[in-house]
Amino acid sequence: MATNDPVDWDAIIRDPRFQQLHSRKTLFLWGLMVLSVVYYFLLPIGAAYFQDLMKIRVWGVINVGLLFALSEFVVAWAIALYYSRRAGREFDQLAAQIVADHAKSDKD
Amino acid sequence: MTSNFKHIALVALTAVCGAFSVPAFAQSGVGEGYQWLTFTTFAVVIAITMYVTYLAAKRVRSASDFYTAGGGVSGLQNGWAIAGDYLSAASFLGIAGLISLYGYDGFMYSVGWLVAYITVLLLIAEPCRNIGRYTLSDILSYRNDPRRTRIVGALSTVTVSTFYLTAQMVGGGVLVKTLIGINYETSVVCVGILMLLYVLFGGMVATTWVQIIKAVLLVCASVIIVMLVWAPYGFSLPAFLADVVADPKVQARVATLLGDPAKSMTAAELGQRFLEPGLYFKAPIDQISLGMALVFGTAGLPHILMRFFTVPTAQQARRSVVWAMAIIGGFYVLTLFLGFGAAKNVGPANIAAVDAGGNLAGPLLAQYIGGGPNSFFGNFMLAFVSAVAFATIVAVVAGLVLASASAMAHDLYVGVFRAGQEVSARGQVFAARVATVIVGAMSIGIGIACKGQNVAVLVGLAFAVAASANFPCVLLTLYWKRCNTGGIVAGILVGTIAAVGLTLVSPNLTYPLAVKAAAHKVLDAEPAKRSAAETAAASDDAAVAGKAKKDLAALDKAVAKAKADIAKWGDETTSFMGLEKPLFELKNPGLISIPLGFLAVLLGSLLFRDQRAEEMWNEVYARQNTGLRVSKSTAH
Repeated sequence: MATNDPVDWDAIIRDPRFQQLHSRKTLFLWGLMVLSVVYYFLLPIGAAYFQDLMKIRVWGVINVGLLFALSEFVVAWAIALYYSRRAGREFDQLAAQIVADHAKSDKD
Repeated sequence: MTSNFKHIALVALTAVCGAFSVPAFAQSGVGEGYQWLTFTTFAVVIAITMYVTYLAAKRVRSASDFYTAGGGVSGLQNGWAIAGDYLSAASFLGIAGLISLYGYDGFMYSVGWLVAYITVLLLIAEPCRNIGRYTLSDILSYRNDPRRTRIVGALSTVTVSTFYLTAQMVGGGVLVKTLIGINYETSVVCVGILMLLYVLFGGMVATTWVQIIKAVLLVCASVIIVMLVWAPYGFSLPAFLADVVADPKVQARVATLLGDPAKSMTAAELGQRFLEPGLYFKAPIDQISLGMALVFGTAGLPHILMRFFTVPTAQQARRSVVWAMAIIGGFYVLTLFLGFGAAKNVGPANIAAVDAGGNLAGPLLAQYIGGGPNSFFGNFMLAFVSAVAFATIVAVVAGLVLASASAMAHDLYVGVFRAGQEVSARGQVFAARVATVIVGAMSIGIGIACKGQNVAVLVGLAFAVAASANFPCVLLTLYWKRCNTGGIVAGILVGTIAAVGLTLVSPNLTYPLAVKAAAHKVLDAEPAKRSAAETAAASDDAAVAGKAKKDLAALDKAVAKAKADIAKWGDETTSFMGLEKPLFELKNPGLISIPLGFLAVLLGSLLFRDQRAEEMWNEVYARQNTGLRVSKSTAH
């Protein structure tokens, strides 16, 4: 499928809009990725080494540890929604513009 | 094909239902006189999925239909199907069970399974949709030597899927046996035959719909149970949990888990301890290692990656992960109530008595909530949850077999053995079906041969290999210009060997010396314990005497087990691998094998530089980001 391909891929890479898409996406994606991994591993680390903190009761019998574990769900959902919002608003449109300009010869 | 299908399906349906009507309900969880309810519920669920397969069979004409449902699945549908694929028996029954037996740690365990999808969403799903077509190897081979990369890609797909499949088959066999009382071998064969029918005739279309139906049923069943459990507390979380920790059954469980330190604790402190970490995970480093395997392994599971080829665009792939995260995460939040609800209502000791791993916490809670073992509604709830559990196993196994079959037929047969030749659409579908039958028959054989194996180790291994071999290769071929054939081959081989090898020398295997030492310790302590209990049993206080009698019974059981262990291991001193004690202390190898996998891809790529792979980087990178020239999934 890659052979006989009329699309000039190098031209896309050189396109300033693609460069813009690349730099925005890279920073955003890897930033969110690092954030989610760090936040996730705080939970087992906290449960192992900061038990006294996890045991503090805040709401009836509910302690910091339970709230922290529940917050992991909220943070994961928030990251997913935040990413898909920004990707849908910004990245998809940039990509669509690039495709529209470079795929004119593409009669697939 | 379709006319044959109707006939074969009818015969199979009769055979499967017939197997369930064998009067072997001796050890069943279903109350006397309610077995017919179980048949009816199972028959209804199986009939629905069969009808869907019948409809799907008409639509399977090309390889693309068979492997990816023609790319015609929507984001929402795929989200449900991913949830159906992912909420396997291990995660759906296992996590509720862990919470019911160990409290907080069980809930903490569930978090990693959801966070894993962030990696899939941000780094893997969309580029894979834009570059791949049917399989993991399509991505690995895109700018590399197709022969070598397809062979190693197929190898790791089959390895990961087989570990996962064996775990599902063994776990499923035990589960079906306990829930409805048919014997282990029969249940493995039933799961195998049903799964084969779905995949063989309906391909990915039927597999997708079976997964969707099962996920919807699972979520509905859980929501109903949680509503019934939680309603008495006015839907207040603190009130519900306060009642859980105040329960004597829960407090007794914590006292058993803690042993001697529990003697100085009050009942309230014991109950509260159920909501604190440390009852299940003893070595923190183990949990971190397991967390790494989960968070990076999910993105390397071939049967999950394959799901992204069933949607038409990267946008739909993204939507499907977001939906899957909502469903999977929501389900894990529900397990908090299922697990704690089962601990309070059924009692951890009773749950562990039916199944030591706690896998039946959810079904037993369903029976309790419906009115108990002698009520109609209680048995209906149990039968319903059991049918959903059965459908779960069949659906997950179907997805795994499809992934393995695609690696064998699309990568090895069409991509390697018939490389450069035109294989017709019919020929491709035929190859896929032959591979399905081979993998399906193998899975039934492995399931029966591996009776009694440790399921948790197998699931851990599947994730460890996926995280250490597949994930580094997929990630680096998508994001690193210099990644090439040498790196992929090295990464898959080193990652797989490291993960499997480290598991073989880990504490997961049985070490006869340690088992016998523990058994001798039990026997040495017996006389003192027995005399203490016998004195207490003679007490005038009925409560003290009653407790002492229970202790005596437990002691007898422990002594019998210790003697059996010593007899079983005899003079043996070494494990299956010939080791006296583990060489490697981590239960999950992820912490070591994942970095090794990445290192292998880096070194392999740098040692065997490949001009073509670097020249094609612009194409790969432009394509994965723009979706230009995305495979329309039409058969070639």
